[in-house]
Amino acid sequence: MPKALEGSQAIARTVALCRPQVVAAYPITPQTHIVENIARLVADGELECEYVSVESEFSAASVALGAAAAGSRAYTASASQGILLMTEVLYNIAGLRIPMVMTCANRAVSAPLSIWNDHQDSMSVRDAGWIQLYCADNQEAIDTTIQAYRIAERTELPVMVCVDGFSLTHTLEPLELPTQEQVDGFLPPFQFQRALDPRQPISMGTLVSPDFYPEARHSHHQALINAAEEVVAADDDWAAVCGRHSGGLLKVEGSEDAEIGILTLGSIMGTLLDAHEQHPDQGKVKLIQLRCFRPFPFEAIKEACRGLQHLVVLERALSPGSGGIVSNEVQAALSSLEQTPRIYSFAVGLGGRDVPLELYQHVLDAIARGGDNGFRVFDADLSKLPPEDR
Amino acid sequence: MIEIRIHGRGGQGNVVGAYLLATAAIVEGKFGQAFPAFGAERRGAPVVAFVRIAEQHLRRRSQVQNPAFLIIQDQALLHVPGVLDGLRDDGRILVNSNLDSDTLAERLGHEVVSIPADSWSQEFLGRPLPNTSLLATFLILTQLLPVEALTAALRERFKGKLLERNLNLVEEITQRVPAGLWSGVEHA
Amino acid sequence: MEGNDNALAALRKAQPRFQGIVSGHRACLGCGEALATRLVVETCGPDIMIANATGCLEIFTTPWPESAWRVPWIHSLFENTGAVAAGMEAALKAQGRQTKVVAFAGDGGTFDIGFQALSGMLERGHDVLFVCFDNEAYMNTGIQRSSSTPHAAMTTTSPPGRERMGKRHLKKDIISIVASHHIPYAATASVAYPSDLRQKVRRAMSISGPTFLVIHSPCPLGWGHDGAVSIEVARLAVQTGLMPLIDLERGELTGAMPIRTPRPVTDYLKLQKRFAHLFADTPEAHTELEHFQALADHNIEKFGLLGIGSQSQDTEGADTVQRGGMHYA
Repeated sequence: MPKALEGSQAIARTVALCRPQVVAAYPITPQTHIVENIARLVADGELECEYVSVESEFSAASVALGAAAAGSRAYTASASQGILLMTEVLYNIAGLRIPMVMTCANRAVSAPLSIWNDHQDSMSVRDAGWIQLYCADNQEAIDTTIQAYRIAERTELPVMVCVDGFSLTHTLEPLELPTQEQVDGFLPPFQFQRALDPRQPISMGTLVSPDFYPEARHSHHQALINAAEEVVAADDDWAAVCGRHSGGLLKVEGSEDAEIGILTLGSIMGTLLDAHEQHPDQGKVKLIQLRCFRPFPFEAIKEACRGLQHLVVLERALSPGSGGIVSNEVQAALSSLEQTPRIYSFAVGLGGRDVPLELYQHVLDAIARGGDNGFRVFDADLSKLPPEDR
Repeated sequence: MIEIRIHGRGGQGNVVGAYLLATAAIVEGKFGQAFPAFGAERRGAPVVAFVRIAEQHLRRRSQVQNPAFLIIQDQALLHVPGVLDGLRDDGRILVNSNLDSDTLAERLGHEVVSIPADSWSQEFLGRPLPNTSLLATFLILTQLLPVEALTAALRERFKGKLLERNLNLVEEITQRVPAGLWSGVEHA
Repeated sequence: MEGNDNALAALRKAQPRFQGIVSGHRACLGCGEALATRLVVETCGPDIMIANATGCLEIFTTPWPESAWRVPWIHSLFENTGAVAAGMEAALKAQGRQTKVVAFAGDGGTFDIGFQALSGMLERGHDVLFVCFDNEAYMNTGIQRSSSTPHAAMTTTSPPGRERMGKRHLKKDIISIVASHHIPYAATASVAYPSDLRQKVRRAMSISGPTFLVIHSPCPLGWGHDGAVSIEVARLAVQTGLMPLIDLERGELTGAMPIRTPRPVTDYLKLQKRFAHLFADTPEAHTELEHFQALADHNIEKFGLLGIGSQSQDTEGADTVQRGGMHYA
């Protein structure tokens, strides 16, 4: 029987089920309810862990780093400004190959100041060397968080579980929470081979000269590439436990011989799916939900896009001065296809601008109109700007 | 699918109200979804929350643009610009007010039921918290869900004396509100 | 005497009052921080520029496209206010200008995430007045504990429960830490003692070098009391000895506002829902109340707060605030 749960509440309970030994907490909208809910569980004795209320996100990530390095399963959550503040630590955690899991409650970054949802935060740290998984809905947020610990501990790579701020974190909907037994069966206790331990002393974080730095980087990159297998396996194995599958690397819905593809990450896909379902021309369109962004699933994307005439990438972030982020990587992936679709790069919903059902039709209209397919902020109303800014 | 927009003031449980309604639907085995139109809200500022109730699972997360119902947590909110925006032509308004339903209906151009939720809740909860009264009334009027679904939702969220008082209030409202006045509303 | 009263009223009316922050902002009813800000900015006068940390103040004063500020003002990030202010000061110095740089931050942006930048600014001796509006938690994000939160207080990240009595750690002694940077002037103040607050602002503004004020500012929502009693709550914090109002120059104590009649800490704590769990009839709750009283007693002794007869100055409370507000702007 599904329970009525707010996204953050569900994530907090899921984290508790994973039995973290150390939770580092620092408030930032829209993840705050997650750490608050965990605090409540600790205060009531329902979760036994060291709950460390830190003085900044930089320290939140650092506390989690220290905890995992010392062999404890660790967790923290952040968003937006917090992700950027802890960026140096994120690179450090990944480079040190320290397994841990973090929830990124996706939120736009300042300036301008915004508390609303887009992916600028997690996209800004895509090069830090973390595994990045994007959740389509709150059920996936639950299932992916659990899988994230297994993936992290098997690959010795940290995992960032991206959950849209507000649209998911603050939305209440029917959700299935697994049992403690199910999670315990799936997640064995954390055994970190390279943990700091007087019985087997190692040195972590040493200076690496040019004699070995490129090799280390190759090793990290290769580990991420190989991690794709673990991402798929974790999803398959968890589906065997609970009956729910999150699509592995990506999910496709729609007709096999569609001409038009719409690709995106995160929860706006839900709105597109409902619009697609009602649409008379739905046979022409397939929807591609990208779940795993790092490692980037080149082969899976090629397969999903084979035969398409048009591919619209709906971006939730941008690289100012260049344009779309996801579309650039998709374009690279598709460049080896015999026939590449026309790729459109449209940023939507930046800073929490509502993505309505009508967007689906607007996208199809834009394709029908033809013309320039270069990057644009699709739902921006340029008349709000002075002429010289358009 | 029925879409509802709830207008309230920061600090008066606008979001909790939306969550309770969606929880009631979920408890009944239906699909329920609730979320606030998020913003930096201070106590007293106008705030809005959305609810969707449906037989089938919905995946959309867009804001509710054409609600079938508005629930207005205090009558002063009727003066906030745009409060009626998007309300369906056959849309209905439930408002916490001392004014007469018919008077308001004429003014607003929609069917209105007005209840003195502040005094009802003062009676039972000791404070003017209109939420429970409005939600119970809403369900009794529309018959969308049985009132027991709301009490189950209240049990999930509250406990002790507070829960007891809320349950008593709901019980009393079943006596005060005409059942089914708004039943048979067209699902979107 | 009536003639004199009229003359006084007329004088007051004619007296100009500078308004660096105007009404229409979005603060909650009874917000201590909003009041403290107005008092500070009025006293500073127009020749300032403000660097403001992330928090309630910047949020409720600047919902784009509106702003409540009538002085130059910048909000950058949460952790860097001390550094941003230092940069502004350095620029003004290079340009040979007299405009004073004032930094505003909540307790989060002062005690916690902003601490490093504050310390750096103080250590390098920048001519900046740093004002901390201390409402004892991260209020803007919904009441989470900071290192300024008093021990045993309830916040959403330090909730009392079966295993916990609220926040486990003592309130950080920020004034001592700041004072040990040996800056020319550091002081604590309270919104319940506006004349004292203004005097301290004037003092700081007149000093060339780093100065620091921490202003105890009740948050009705976060502390759990009605907005109408914010001043009373703030006054009780001082009268119990929990919030000593002191001045420190180059690390040495040079002033302390005496308390004529000390009040038991329970008078202060019982008004606030964040301490409600301390009034349960359990050994843990009794112990925490004793802790609070011990803290207050310690402060009274350490700072010599017991006033001697008519020398006490603590009647300069909110009752003597100039009435009239906006009319004189």
